[in-house]
Amino acid sequence: MANVVPANQKWWTGGKSPFNVEYGKLMMWYFLMSDAFTFGAFLISYGTVRFSSNSWPDPNYVFRSFPVIGEMDIPLAFVSLMTFILIMSSVTMVLAVAAGHANDKKGVIKWMLWTILGGLAFLGCQAWEWTHLYHQGAWWGRNPFDNIDGTAASTNFTNFFFTITGFHGFHVFSGVIINIIMLIMTIKGVFERRGHYLMIEKAGLYWHFVDLVWVFVFTCFYLL
Amino acid sequence: MENTHHTGGHAAAHAEEHSFDKKAIWRTFWILLIITIVELVLAILHFSTGFPPKLLLNGTFIILTLAKAFYIIAEFMHLRHEIRNMIMTIAVPALLFIWFIAAFLWDGDSYRNLRNRYDPYHKEQSMPKKAPEHEGAKPGELH
Repeated sequence: MANVVPANQKWWTGGKSPFNVEYGKLMMWYFLMSDAFTFGAFLISYGTVRFSSNSWPDPNYVFRSFPVIGEMDIPLAFVSLMTFILIMSSVTMVLAVAAGHANDKKGVIKWMLWTILGGLAFLGCQAWEWTHLYHQGAWWGRNPFDNIDGTAASTNFTNFFFTITGFHGFHVFSGVIINIIMLIMTIKGVFERRGHYLMIEKAGLYWHFVDLVWVFVFTCFYLL
Repeated sequence: MENTHHTGGHAAAHAEEHSFDKKAIWRTFWILLIITIVELVLAILHFSTGFPPKLLLNGTFIILTLAKAFYIIAEFMHLRHEIRNMIMTIAVPALLFIWFIAAFLWDGDSYRNLRNRYDPYHKEQSMPKKAPEHEGAKPGELH
């Protein structure tokens, strides 16, 4: 559970840091809070529109393709691979943070490289998925997929899909850029001279948040 | 506040004495992976047999998603190991989501019901016809 604080410790009498956390890290948490509400607003508006529709396309039918192999009998295989990639890159990010705690520069470089690679792999998968859907005729304002009950679907499905996965993809993209900057700063020894790797932790928080949002996007668009 | 730290940032870095536990990281990874696989298996099972009824299935998905979110926030983002007061400044505002979700989904549902009641043309257009019209290429098929 939470940090064990001695019973007689008076955190709020002044002269102490009551949250025992660095300013930048705390502000990163509050930024992520606000970002969570932005994503929340997107996903909830999607839910509202879906609840107001009599029917909706079937994700198991829409997302059934896999690169090279083509259409498979197993739905959602490709998007599961994307989920796996993102979870894996989250793990390598934690390992980079852990290496930073131990002031292990080589470890930080190694795990940051893997994290960046994972992020790029995810973006590549998403680019393929978008391209494939585009060739099927799906885009903002166009929806070739019928509803699950056979009636014609509105464009709400594709509009929300491309907007929300696009917004998430943009977050992944900026996360990769941030991670690359952190990698360069690590290699140049900036954090080594500073004596701590707290910047890696802040970049890590952002990266995990991107993974967290994907968990919800995955559920809302592909499973429900 | 700053002058209580003897060597600035370095002290801050070591103020958090809890070191990262590699075992805990990998345990979290396996938990997330297994939950995702379970979700996938349930989705495929429903797709091919229709066995878990849709409502039950969706409830399961939401619970599993919240479980995954908990593990990412608590372990990967390390929030579980921060001071309780700080956890509360994050967790309490997040409770707004409960109202947010309930209110808006309710609103969407109400809009659908009202529209079906007062706009018979819309209802007729969005309800399944007796016989499917298209038999050739399936929509969304590549040509």
